[in-house]
Amino acid sequence: MPNIIKLDGSVHNDEWQVVARPADGESLVVPEGPALVPVDLWLAGREHFADRSDIGVWFEGHDEPETLDGLVNELPLIAVNFPKFADGRGYSIARLLRERYGFRNELRAIGDVLLDQLQFMKRCGFDSFALREDKDPAKAARCLNFFSQNYQAATDNDTPLFRRRAS
Amino acid sequence: MYVYDEHDRQILAERVAQFRDQTDRALAGELSEDEFLPLRLQNGLYVQRFAPMLRLCVPYGMLRSDQLRRLARVTRDYDKGYAHFTTRQNVQLNWPALEDVPDILAELAEVEMHANQTSGNCIRNTTTDQFAGVQADEVADPRPYCEIIRQWSTFHPEFAFLPRKFKVAVNASEHTDRAAIQVHDIGLQLVRNDQGELGFRVHVGGGLGRTPMVGPVIREFLPELDLLTYLEAVLRVYNRYGRRDNKYKARIKILVKALSPAVFAEKVEAEWAHLKDSPTRLTPDAVERVKVYFTEPDYQAVPDQSDALAKLRFEHKGFDNWIAHNVETHKHPGYALVTLTMKNTGTPPGDISDQQLDHLADLADRFSFGEVRVTHQQNVVLADVRQDELFELWQAITPMGFATANLNTLTDIICCPGGDYCALANAKSIPVAESIQRRFDNLDFLYDLGDIDLNISGCMNACGHHHVGNIGVLGVDKKGEEFYQISLGGSSHHDAAIGKILGPSFAREAMPDVIEKIIDVYVQNRNDEEAFIDTYRRIGIDPFKERVYA
Repeated sequence: MPNIIKLDGSVHNDEWQVVARPADGESLVVPEGPALVPVDLWLAGREHFADRSDIGVWFEGHDEPETLDGLVNELPLIAVNFPKFADGRGYSIARLLRERYGFRNELRAIGDVLLDQLQFMKRCGFDSFALREDKDPAKAARCLNFFSQNYQAATDNDTPLFRRRAS
Repeated sequence: MYVYDEHDRQILAERVAQFRDQTDRALAGELSEDEFLPLRLQNGLYVQRFAPMLRLCVPYGMLRSDQLRRLARVTRDYDKGYAHFTTRQNVQLNWPALEDVPDILAELAEVEMHANQTSGNCIRNTTTDQFAGVQADEVADPRPYCEIIRQWSTFHPEFAFLPRKFKVAVNASEHTDRAAIQVHDIGLQLVRNDQGELGFRVHVGGGLGRTPMVGPVIREFLPELDLLTYLEAVLRVYNRYGRRDNKYKARIKILVKALSPAVFAEKVEAEWAHLKDSPTRLTPDAVERVKVYFTEPDYQAVPDQSDALAKLRFEHKGFDNWIAHNVETHKHPGYALVTLTMKNTGTPPGDISDQQLDHLADLADRFSFGEVRVTHQQNVVLADVRQDELFELWQAITPMGFATANLNTLTDIICCPGGDYCALANAKSIPVAESIQRRFDNLDFLYDLGDIDLNISGCMNACGHHHVGNIGVLGVDKKGEEFYQISLGGSSHHDAAIGKILGPSFAREAMPDVIEKIIDVYVQNRNDEEAFIDTYRRIGIDPFKERVYA
């Protein structure tokens, strides 16, 4: 299981099981305990999950945050998968979930999550990171905090430097 | 030009520390090749044919004399004593050692220089016209907007891993386009609307490379203060929907074409509707703060020197040629725009030695308020030279090799480093440039030919902008041998066009003869003062084809 890094750099065990997309013709099997299911399957079967407070969803890069309009805060956790660290779609998905759809609960980066991408993920609204298992979690805090300030607004700070300079 | 405040300095210092940490982890084996690749590329560091190559950023081409002196020192201490001006107004070092790069960056940071986002799939250096701020027909000075874009795009967290690289250019002249904005991912043309308000015409999806395209207009008028929110909308649509399955189809031009410019524009407008009133919307104060750095220098009240210059031109033919070709009209009376050419035959186009860099710094201090500009044609501009000092300047630069009076002529060749340096290249480009320069060594003949853009790229990546050369040369590999394909009719100006391929490619030895035949066809067919590109457009490609392949 990967280590879960929080914004303060602390390291936690992963409680959440990521449920893979079932093969064609097979149905989704949801395990006991906290689980993340593909977002489109959650949407298709929302009523089945209504009595479970430990079910979240996970996004692929092509999944659209627009589909969760008005529903995001029914979910305790949303994960966004980075199939390869160089695939940057997850950054836009995260900002949209936070800034446009008002998601307030835990937003987690999963998949190919490395140390040098943490700073960008943090700025785009992720607050937990399933660090790839071969990476040293002790270095996460440093990599989250190379920069003490930034030029542009993002989820973590909606005031760009040009507005801070003016005041 | 722009000067860092404590915020800029702090961010840059933190960046230097970050890259040092990343390099240490890479050298310690904690980062795989693949993982370090985008990190070093976003810091301009390529692993090349013989050594790493470090591409340093020159924001929109502006350099101060203290920066030039520091560059000279860095090339001496860490490299082989020379640097190379690129076709995107940046500077490259060809031989730094990987483990020295953090120290080089620390030295450069002391003079507010860096290598941020000079490569990689992110937003690159924003470029503009080298005559920004000093030409008469400008809508507004584009440099403050370039600086505003630089700040917004620096370490933008959402756009650090785009499908592919992303280049923005800004142009402000009403009549010329020296920034080639229509062949950029985003091209911004400063305009005024019917109410006299300042804004931008927005082109998206131009580019060179494997699939050259002229960028369509997706918005006729974008108000000045909406610049960043609109860019953010364009980039978000691209980041979400640009192709990531095939690197040759990943540039934004492919997305714009696939959706159609109209549908792409609709998607951007829909996204922008959510962003346009966000805190990222510029404020008049924010724009004003940056504009203050680009006010006029302390011009002296000196009259135009037409008579005195006419006398000197009559007495010195070399000076006369130089004034006619390398010196242009300045918006302020008594001043002139001077281009120092880096196109001496025998020196690779754009290459400059440490000693020449020091000379440039001295020239900038002595003649032009301590600043120079790098052009995308790989030359250097002194933008504010007093006309009564032109003769002295000409005498000073002639022995330095900066006074070759071939600006915009056939031998003012744009040329990538090619197979002599670059790991991507299919063929060498520098020897082709040199052989053409040697063939056309008669200045009077060059002047008679007038303006001709000859651009050479060593591969399809098109760093030498061959598609938009009036004559374009592309190096190709055929079963391990280097050949050169020619295209005609390209243009990077307001009448932007992609050149048409002439036919089968040629061996390197044949190139000067082939170019000579093309020039012959032009000379025999032109009317009066007709430029090469106009003759080509009138008579078409066939007469050239018949002659070259006869």
